[in-house]
Amino acid sequence: MPAITREEVAHLARLARIDLTDAELDHLAPQLDVILQAVAEVSKVAADDIPPTSHALALTNVFRPDEPVPGLPVDEALAGAPVVDGEPAVEAQRFRVPRILDEEA
Amino acid sequence: MTGSEATDLTRLSATSLARLIQAGEVSAVEVAQAHFDRITKVDDRIHAFLHLDTEGALAAARAVDAKRAAGEALGPLAGVPLALKDVFTMKGVPTTCGSKILEGWRPPYDSTVVTRLRQADLVILGKTNMDEFAMGSSTENSAFGPTRNPWDTDRIPGGSGGGSAASLAAYEAPLAIGSDTGGSIRQPAAVTGTVGVKPTYGGTSRYGLVALASSLDQPGPCARTVLDAALLHEVIAGHDPKDSTSIDQPVPPVVAAAREADVRGLRVGVVKELGGEGYQPGVEQRFRETVDLLAELGAEIVEVSCPHFRYALPAYYLILPSECSSNLARFDAMRYGLRVGDDGTHSAEEVMAMTREAGFGAETKRRIIIGTYALSSGYYEAYYGQAQKVRTLIARDFEAAFERVDVLVSPTTPTTAFRIGERVDDPLAMYKADLCTIPSNLAGNASASFPCGLAPEDGLPVGFQVVAPVLADDRLYRVGAAIEAAYLDRWGHPLLDEAPVL
Repeated sequence: MPAITREEVAHLARLARIDLTDAELDHLAPQLDVILQAVAEVSKVAADDIPPTSHALALTNVFRPDEPVPGLPVDEALAGAPVVDGEPAVEAQRFRVPRILDEEA
Repeated sequence: MTGSEATDLTRLSATSLARLIQAGEVSAVEVAQAHFDRITKVDDRIHAFLHLDTEGALAAARAVDAKRAAGEALGPLAGVPLALKDVFTMKGVPTTCGSKILEGWRPPYDSTVVTRLRQADLVILGKTNMDEFAMGSSTENSAFGPTRNPWDTDRIPGGSGGGSAASLAAYEAPLAIGSDTGGSIRQPAAVTGTVGVKPTYGGTSRYGLVALASSLDQPGPCARTVLDAALLHEVIAGHDPKDSTSIDQPVPPVVAAAREADVRGLRVGVVKELGGEGYQPGVEQRFRETVDLLAELGAEIVEVSCPHFRYALPAYYLILPSECSSNLARFDAMRYGLRVGDDGTHSAEEVMAMTREAGFGAETKRRIIIGTYALSSGYYEAYYGQAQKVRTLIARDFEAAFERVDVLVSPTTPTTAFRIGERVDDPLAMYKADLCTIPSNLAGNASASFPCGLAPEDGLPVGFQVVAPVLADDRLYRVGAAIEAAYLDRWGHPLLDEAPVL
């Protein structure tokens, strides 16, 4: 039984906002299945009573001195904006973005 | 300087170059120019660099020469050229991370690593090629084409930092910077016959290092000699308030350790699990010989078992994709990088999905999808949660081992450099290149790879991995320098002298 089906990969790609083509789905789905079967090896370890480690060093509440420093100037922040039709996607000192609502919304 | 002398400058160590510049025997500008000339001569065959910052580098070199002329004190690496992995931001200089999605982006700020390199007056030549967002073991996942191994241009230079390692082995730069998430400094060092060090997690700042897996990523030095690596380590290491995981403690005495090169009485643990089936005979042979060498030099050799290391690879390939899927969500086509399909009809969400489809390569997509899966409800506990528990067990294996020994050793990677194309569409085979390097990232301790000879069957370099406890990075240099000096004595020349002339 596969660990992951083509349909599941298509669903995950939608969640991850990657518009996979049919050809890519055909190619990636079996590879992902092989990878997932291999990594499932971790389930063989008896670890019910073992605490998880999310980070190599257990640091909590890290603060730095509360001293004001200059922020990034607006024009520098906008300088890296994506280029659309040869122009930076910038308008009124802001990033210009496509509409955020779908037609049916 | 004449042309032939200028060529010779590229063969010198960073330490020697700095000394010549300080003594006024050569200018920093001449040194930088010699390296640019070398890059012009060989990089069409190696492809170590994605971008050269000729103007910036020459300006930095001129500033060093002016400082010297004004009688100002120069640091130990002032004027020395360096190749920077393209995953570090450098203000105004393109930073792509080997990805189409960032092509043409010029960051508005310097990473802390770059800030410290500038403060120490190093001369940054340009940005080096890498697997896209540092995911890979061959540099074949770069959107801009692979880097080639100077030992055999049909073979991979390792990855993800193949460009940095190849630039050293091709004498295009005496120093380079890498980042190591699962072996991306050490494995390229091993297969190119160079030195690569992954400092203790938190020992170097991740500020301005484009994040792959935040709990694993660590910047580190790459060089042709152990002392050069130590000097570079000292320049980039130390607490940074801009990285909340940065350790606020003194940098371990790495330079002193590299100079002492003394392993007498050091307890060296050979990890039983990192060898045997799947390891190339010539790799195991050179590894064994180097262990014997350490014994001859006065180290005490002990066999150590780390039973959970066999689960490190699967745990890593759950933890890394999980963090990666979250970190790479920032590439949303809105604020920087590529934007595809913004024609007034598509929504932001559609533009995002079209851009990520066009901008990410196959391996990046594979890992984002695996990560999305491992973090989704219903699978989280079985995959990500369980992998985090395995991470604890691996850290405990290290703790137990370090109660008995001062350092652990193994081959850096199971095989020598494989052929370009050989594993590119076989993810699991590619992942196995990092079998020996991954445990150290999961535990956050310090580790390094040093050249230990050529495998007899293919004449390609073999790497010797050393792992030390958290904040005992100096022990890596103690061992590496001892091996380096003993082999220099035995062979009569550095290993890299055996590489074919480009």
